[in-house]
Amino acid sequence: MELFTNQVLAGIATGAIYACMALAVVMIYQAIDHLNFAQGEMAMFSTFISWQLMQWGVPYWAAFVITLIFSFIAGIAIERILFKPLAKAPVLTNVAGFIALYAIINSSAGLLWDFTIKQYPTPFGSSPFLGSQLISTHQAGMIGVTVLLLLGLYFFFQYTRIGLAMRAAASVPESARLVGINTSWMIALGWGMATAIGAIAGMLIAPVVFLEPNMMGGVLIYGFAAAVLGGLTSPFGAVVGGFLVGIFENLAGTYIPGVGNELKLPIALALIISVLVVKPAGLFGRHIVKRV
Amino acid sequence: MSAAEEVVAEGHTAVEAVPKRAMTLGTGTSLVVLAALIIAPVFVKNFIIFQMTMLLIYGLAVLALNILTGGSGQFSLGQSAFYAVGAYTTAVLMEHFNVNYALTLPIAGIVCFGFGFLFGQPALRLSGVYLALATFALATAMPQLLKLNFLEPWTGGVQGLVVTKPDAPFGLPMSQDMWLYYFSLAVVLAIYIFSVNLLRSRSGRAFMAIRDNEIAASAMGVDVALYKTLAFGVSAAITGIAGSLGAIAVQFVAPDSYTITLAISLFLGMVVGGVGWLPGSIVGAAFIIFVPNIAEGISKGLSGAVFGVLLFAVIYLVPHGARQVAILGQQLAGKLRKN
Repeated sequence: MELFTNQVLAGIATGAIYACMALAVVMIYQAIDHLNFAQGEMAMFSTFISWQLMQWGVPYWAAFVITLIFSFIAGIAIERILFKPLAKAPVLTNVAGFIALYAIINSSAGLLWDFTIKQYPTPFGSSPFLGSQLISTHQAGMIGVTVLLLLGLYFFFQYTRIGLAMRAAASVPESARLVGINTSWMIALGWGMATAIGAIAGMLIAPVVFLEPNMMGGVLIYGFAAAVLGGLTSPFGAVVGGFLVGIFENLAGTYIPGVGNELKLPIALALIISVLVVKPAGLFGRHIVKRV
Repeated sequence: MSAAEEVVAEGHTAVEAVPKRAMTLGTGTSLVVLAALIIAPVFVKNFIIFQMTMLLIYGLAVLALNILTGGSGQFSLGQSAFYAVGAYTTAVLMEHFNVNYALTLPIAGIVCFGFGFLFGQPALRLSGVYLALATFALATAMPQLLKLNFLEPWTGGVQGLVVTKPDAPFGLPMSQDMWLYYFSLAVVLAIYIFSVNLLRSRSGRAFMAIRDNEIAASAMGVDVALYKTLAFGVSAAITGIAGSLGAIAVQFVAPDSYTITLAISLFLGMVVGGVGWLPGSIVGAAFIIFVPNIAEGISKGLSGAVFGVLLFAVIYLVPHGARQVAILGQQLAGKLRKN
């Protein structure tokens, strides 16, 4: 039983990483209706920016804020310059665009900062949290930040005018345009916010997985899986999905014989697919009614 | 706005509707392309012949994805798994059972058809990004499954298997590479003709009806479940045959040759060639084989970035891929004829 509790706790700790990433995935999915394959790389790049600032002697929190502002603007710029011209192109062409963006960012980061692994500082410290060996204060801090972020987003979307406008633009673009919402800029805003959230995720994840251009590859896959499991229409679902995927993964690694590190991912994905077969819109997703 | 327009405007279908006549080339053009493919190897070196063989093989795999996505509107990131199953079937049959290489192709096709058909069953409940995730899971699982310990006597584990390259039969005066090229060309041609006819048949129309509007298709009496899984099966079978040819051409199979990167490449090939336009498959295959090399040539350190920029350039200029170029060419030819 103790083994079980410990594995669940460890799962929650890794789950916090996935939850962060899943939140960014859902944000952009809400704004543009696509999964952005380059999201992990964008987060990685933002993290490198903050690392570079710290190398130049900027204190952690100042670097944190500057990186957030930079990511927000960069996200909007990427949408305006690269993806707005593709707005009328077929969906699959857009997906190809994401893959191209992925290649560009990954390769540029490799050239700028090379592929060696770098240490990344944590603002929360890394001593054991409340005497538990499995969760460090950093991981506890990460869970705290994720929850804060989720609450912040909830209030933003529920109680501000601009949040309402963004929701309207995403769900019924035509009607939103008729009441005077600039839907095209709402999409850009969605990109900016998603990139900023991705940057937060990157900066929280980097102390755990270490900083290098390929650090996000695995995390993004779990982030996608978590977002899909929780339901792509629900930020709350994404966070719950993140924790569930973390727990799934750890329990599968512990209890199913013959599952090494290599097979953890396929098994976690297989479990998620079994959930989806029963609940096709995810655990907390809205079922979208189709018109014929 | 009429009802029909409304459906299009609301964008229910992720894949655009390509009418079935627009999916192929005219007879004249097809024959010219075929003649060029037959004559070309006579003039070039063995290494280039090998690359042309790979071009045909990847073209075949892109064609298979095109039938699935462009034809029936289902998205797959798992094509590398079917490719791997085909390649391993051939390698195991040739090396452990001494089966003739040509005979392994239909066997690989049948094995992959079964595999794809079965995988299509749970995938029935999923569509769009959910299906993408499911197929993605298949693609990430496949290299790990091939490395499993108890399969090692057959698959060779991480080391993989070496496949012997066949000689030209009947004492034909040809290099191995050239023989393999013509052999692949014959197989690809047969499958291309089969695919064109498949999409023109009753089944093909059923695929397209499902792609354009699943609910309307089922109301008209199309067995949606059957045709969706059938599309998966056919696509998997063709991908598997491409995998077999690939194993024979490369003379080597190993789990890490069939990762998700391969599936993503095939997807890019389909987009560049034009989704739903079968002849575009070969153009897309050329893009995924040659453009990474070109990018490497331009800048070693930034090859990924150069590849990304080139890809962006292509999708900006022709968002509908090579199909758009072909349509433009046709219109231009029509205008010239009038003048």
